[in-house]
Amino acid sequence: MTTLTIDGRQVEALRGSTVLEAARENHIEIPTLCYHEALEPYAGCRLCVVELVTPKGSQLVASCVYAAEDGLVVKTNSGIVQESRRMTVELLLAAAPKAKVIQDLAAEMGIEEPRVSLGDSDCILCGLCVRACKEIVGANAISLVNRGFAKEVKPPFEIGSNACTGCTTCVLVCPTGAIKLEDVLDSRSVHRWESDFEARECKICGDHYLAPEFAPDLKELLGEEEV
Amino acid sequence: MNSEQAFDASELADLLGDKQDGEDKSLMSILEDVQARYRYLPKDALILISEWMGVPLSQTYSVATFYNAFSLKPKGRHIINVCLGTACNVRGSRKVVERIADRLGIEPGETTQDGEFTLETLNCVGACALGPVAIIDGTHFGRVNAAGADKLLKKLGVEGRKE
Amino acid sequence: MKTIRTPAELEELRGSLAREQDPARRVISLCGGTGCRALGSDSVFEALVERIEAENMGNQVTLRMTGCPGFCEKGPLMVIQPEGIFYHGVKVDEVPEIVTRTLTTGEMIDSLLYVDPSTGEKIAYEREIPFYKKQRPLLLEMNEKIDPTSITDYIALGGYGSLSKVLSQMTAEEVIDEVTEAKLRGRGGAGFPTGLKWRISREAPGDTKYVVCNADEGDPGAFMDRAILEGNPHRVLEGMVIGGYAIGADEGFVYVRAEYPLAAKHLAIAITQAREYGLLGKDILGSGFDFDVQIRLGAGAFVCGEETALMASIEGRTGEPRPRPPYPSQSGLWGKPTNINNVKTWGNVPIIIENGADWYAELGTEGSKGTKIFSVVGKINNTGLVEVPMGTTLRQLIFDVGGGIPNDKEFKAVQIGGPSGGCIPKEHLDTPIDYESLTELGAMMGSGGMVVTDEDTCMVDFARFFMNFVQDESCGKCVPCRLGTRAMLEVLTRITEGKGQEGDMKYLAELGQQIRASSLCGLGQTAPNPVLSTLRYFPDEYEAHIRDKSCPAHVCRPLIQYFIDVETCNGCGRCLRTCPAEAISGAKKERHVIDQDLCIKCGSCQEVCRFDAVIVE
Repeated sequence: MTTLTIDGRQVEALRGSTVLEAARENHIEIPTLCYHEALEPYAGCRLCVVELVTPKGSQLVASCVYAAEDGLVVKTNSGIVQESRRMTVELLLAAAPKAKVIQDLAAEMGIEEPRVSLGDSDCILCGLCVRACKEIVGANAISLVNRGFAKEVKPPFEIGSNACTGCTTCVLVCPTGAIKLEDVLDSRSVHRWESDFEARECKICGDHYLAPEFAPDLKELLGEEEV
Repeated sequence: MNSEQAFDASELADLLGDKQDGEDKSLMSILEDVQARYRYLPKDALILISEWMGVPLSQTYSVATFYNAFSLKPKGRHIINVCLGTACNVRGSRKVVERIADRLGIEPGETTQDGEFTLETLNCVGACALGPVAIIDGTHFGRVNAAGADKLLKKLGVEGRKE
Repeated sequence: MKTIRTPAELEELRGSLAREQDPARRVISLCGGTGCRALGSDSVFEALVERIEAENMGNQVTLRMTGCPGFCEKGPLMVIQPEGIFYHGVKVDEVPEIVTRTLTTGEMIDSLLYVDPSTGEKIAYEREIPFYKKQRPLLLEMNEKIDPTSITDYIALGGYGSLSKVLSQMTAEEVIDEVTEAKLRGRGGAGFPTGLKWRISREAPGDTKYVVCNADEGDPGAFMDRAILEGNPHRVLEGMVIGGYAIGADEGFVYVRAEYPLAAKHLAIAITQAREYGLLGKDILGSGFDFDVQIRLGAGAFVCGEETALMASIEGRTGEPRPRPPYPSQSGLWGKPTNINNVKTWGNVPIIIENGADWYAELGTEGSKGTKIFSVVGKINNTGLVEVPMGTTLRQLIFDVGGGIPNDKEFKAVQIGGPSGGCIPKEHLDTPIDYESLTELGAMMGSGGMVVTDEDTCMVDFARFFMNFVQDESCGKCVPCRLGTRAMLEVLTRITEGKGQEGDMKYLAELGQQIRASSLCGLGQTAPNPVLSTLRYFPDEYEAHIRDKSCPAHVCRPLIQYFIDVETCNGCGRCLRTCPAEAISGAKKERHVIDQDLCIKCGSCQEVCRFDAVIVE
């Protein structure tokens, strides 16, 4: 076990865990947007920053990737942490005013109106969908394209990718609801990726299922024989 | 668009084959070679390269759109680059870009309708003493002002505004 | 094949090269750097070859196309030995005279000599030119003496002697100790102690390790790495082999930016030659140590100068930085310990080994040892590369070496450290330059790019330029950098357009503070510096834009107007013909007028007017 100090409290954490994991293990809440316990951490949203106190002074680090080491002293809610989070949320609100999760965070912090306008997207580029598609599904159907302010999540060439299996993991993992799924009887569409699938009707129960693209991949993924 | 170099899959196979024998088999260097050969990255080439490298197409596409040197659209026969680095900028290179853009009737980053010219800007070529610097098809021209830009364009056959 | 198998064979080769040389022989060095080539040195070279052949002087004269001697402003540059005659601005039609007069009798051609602008006197010899007098070239020293495409030129001047010494006489630990004692600090900008970095890499567990040379010199206005790779690539290679030996790596990569084709070409030639001579490859100089180097070309992404992004790029991914720790020295390329240093850091290594740590540590200040190369550009008389000991003051650099500001304009500020750096105003001109002093002033050493601005530079517009640059080059991974720099750009843009609001300065400062504190990598963490430093030193200029809707330097277009002066205009019609917007009217020989509704404020009229009749308000 590792012993560290979070918000003045000595806590223990499993060796090899991050500061975020150590905090959550000890019921200390740190807000996150781009973190998911099933995925590789990305350290992109910067909402999970905490103050690392060292003899040389303080600095902000992303708790989702910073290793919890013995003797570490961190503050999860100090003045500089709050200021940083506030600016991050204000910027996200400026860029993605339609995202409910951002509206809620802003309301919580008392941010009414961002001081600049940076667009009206509903995607915050947390990259969860991309990582889920790669790490959980193994389909690699979408990726982050372009760079900087022009960055977006897209399938290759921005057309429906045949790597997409229609599994909808991206829809489930998206924190802003930006990826829309439409299941209508015999068709499934993941609108953001322009992925359309024909669904077949099950002869027994009458429900629709996705075939044939999805099934083999899932089997392979689970390493199981058909039952 | 006549500037589009016909993409030939067997040619790419040769290029990749050479790479296989050599030491250098990185995605970046292959994309750089293809970009140099065709002046853009043809879609079919990206698909082939991904298969050959065993890299998901989404990753290749991601790389192809991240770096400025890569283009998914065919570039013109002549590529005009104007440096907008700090030194060139304080010496007025923005005016040079504006003049060329005006003469060619395109914005920086665009290619003329006839596929002849692409206008691009870049951030410092390290020839700061000569600012403003323009690079036309790989040749550097120093101390270019708006009038000088007109002269350079004239050499390329552009007189007045190109419609 | 001339493979060198032992240190003795290397010395033997050096000896025979020395014997071949005649100290009295004429040697013409013509700069073949990117700058001089753009000014026509290629054709001057060809003309020289032809003429020397025609005059049948081939066996009396050595002609050499060298790297950059730094005085780019005056190119194409030529130095003629043994006297050290310095010619500048050499053109093809002057070649016959140079050959017939100077090469035969040593007679000097007056029109090609440098004129000291402060005294009006002609100066014949390179060593006496003020631009060179106060310099202390170490890294750039060989640039004008060798043909960078000839390994024997480098060997003749002692090249690969340090490598030979290291492999035959020193343990890896001793090499690291030497570099540590020399107190060499990373020349990429952050100034991390090189010896310490090497030690961490050496002690990191693992059999496979890499060394990387960061030659992704992306700071606009900085071109010293380019000059070193173009002019003396072997020195960098030698440094890398020594580094590889010290940390226990047998493979190295040089990541060169795509915008430097000549540097990449010369480096590739150098690598091939070094392999042929057995100075790269298996069992170097019979020591049993193997080491080889590969080149990787960048593809136009400033962020790849950040070491974790650079490694991602080498691995064939997008140049997105990842959080540190772990540092590359612990887990770098393909997860292996990787020692990344800048071109200049690698280049310093053979110099330290050759002269010893004590000698090296004599140069510079307490905390910053050795020399530092600056590229002095912008509103300055002597644009070029300057190598001075650490601790030289800004004033010495800008006024003594750089020759001051052209056209009797007043110095306003010097921007140091590229997009990560800051602007330093005139009250701090006497600051000795080292890592700490620059950081204290809100700038940073960075790569050593120095852009001088004068009274005609608008500091708000200048800050906006840098912010535009960084937001364009941000990889977009983390929120503060992707959105924060964009927000700063938006605010700066509205200020320069006369739409600034009360509170904008405070907002910029807050944004800057947060982007600095919260961004993932060095690009974002330093991106606000140009804005924060101009806010600190030039608040009046911001206020003038925001409150009075005026641009004191007459730069920001929405805030200025061009007029033609009634008294001065003689109706020559030059401006009228030039105006791209057809906004100027007036009969011949009568005063012209600018239609303010049509004027696009491009300033072309002012540029072409011979009578200074166009005024800006």
